[in-house]
Amino acid sequence: MSNVTTASSEAKWWNGGKSPFDVEYGKVMMWYFLMSDAFTFGAFLISYGTVRFSTNGWPDPNKVFKSFPFAPEGVNAPLVFVSIMTFILIVSSVTMVLAVHAGKMMDKKGVVRNMIWTIIGGIAFLSCQAWEWNHLHHEGAWWGLNPFNNADGTASSTNFTNFFFTITGFHGFHVFSGVVINIIMLIMTLMDKFEQRGHYLMIEKAGLYWHFVDLVWVFVFTCFYLL
Amino acid sequence: MSNHDSHSAEHHHDVIAEIKKVTIILSVLTIVELVLGFWMIDITSEGLRLAIKGAIVILMMAKAFYIVAYFMHLKHEIKNLIMTIVVPLALFIWFIAAFLADGNSFRNLRNNYDPHFKEQSTIKVPEKHHAGGESHKATEKHEAGSTEKHEEKAAH
Repeated sequence: MSNVTTASSEAKWWNGGKSPFDVEYGKVMMWYFLMSDAFTFGAFLISYGTVRFSTNGWPDPNKVFKSFPFAPEGVNAPLVFVSIMTFILIVSSVTMVLAVHAGKMMDKKGVVRNMIWTIIGGIAFLSCQAWEWNHLHHEGAWWGLNPFNNADGTASSTNFTNFFFTITGFHGFHVFSGVVINIIMLIMTLMDKFEQRGHYLMIEKAGLYWHFVDLVWVFVFTCFYLL
Repeated sequence: MSNHDSHSAEHHHDVIAEIKKVTIILSVLTIVELVLGFWMIDITSEGLRLAIKGAIVILMMAKAFYIVAYFMHLKHEIKNLIMTIVVPLALFIWFIAAFLADGNSFRNLRNNYDPHFKEQSTIKVPEKHHAGGESHKATEKHEAGSTEKHEEKAAH
């Protein structure tokens, strides 16, 4: 009998008639999409780590990423520009949470305001990345081209630039699609689509995607600029 | 009705307070990461560098936890949903351990049995990117610079 009681409390969510995960279908699917995307990024970063571990030398990120926009040529400012990029993404993640929360409160003005800030943050991050890529390209770095020597002064392979451009490029593509999704959400909010539906669940799903982009940057930033 | 309103207002304040708290935690963790990164620039001891890198990885995992748990709201979801997402991601523990060990072993094998590979990692080469800034255009620039000099000589 004790078995039956535990089973009934366990089965509360599985009796049918309601979502056993207590979330909407689209949100569950967004979570599983993000999980598969996490494996893609994980595979990229682990292959980067494996290649780095199998090599004797590696370029010093503090010597490679030391420039800053509008600063004189040859300025030595390691980590400064990338920390600004990191904070831009964290702040845009915060405004996204605020937009999701405003949506739950059915506060259209709050959603619009915070979505606009999130989109601005996303565009600012993409602009920073575009500047950095352009700068590195002018220094002679690209897929298949690596002008930087290893930290110990020995010759480096092109693995460093190949992984850097592939992984930050793939992340930048995610930021770009996140900005596009957020713009669509903003337009739908302004057209009162969600007011008509009676809920702002789409904002929550876009929010999950946007936070995932921030989450991936935490790993990419650490693996390429700090370690 | 007024009771309901005060409840949702209370809930609203709780959520805003949580967002503020997590924002501060994420900022502090990032600043500590950056301080460690700056500190590491001048450190040459391999052991200490490795320890700092370990600390940075732990801070990175803490940041990831706060983003997923609070910003993505996973902590407030039902346990079953949390499990279907977190348990498959546990595969990463094996991925990271196995692949990094494999990379390390491949390096050791090459250092032991591939003299060319070992030799390449001892030969110092001149820095390319500081000379002229743009390495693949450096020769062009150099040529342009030398013609200018010739012209100057001619003018003199």
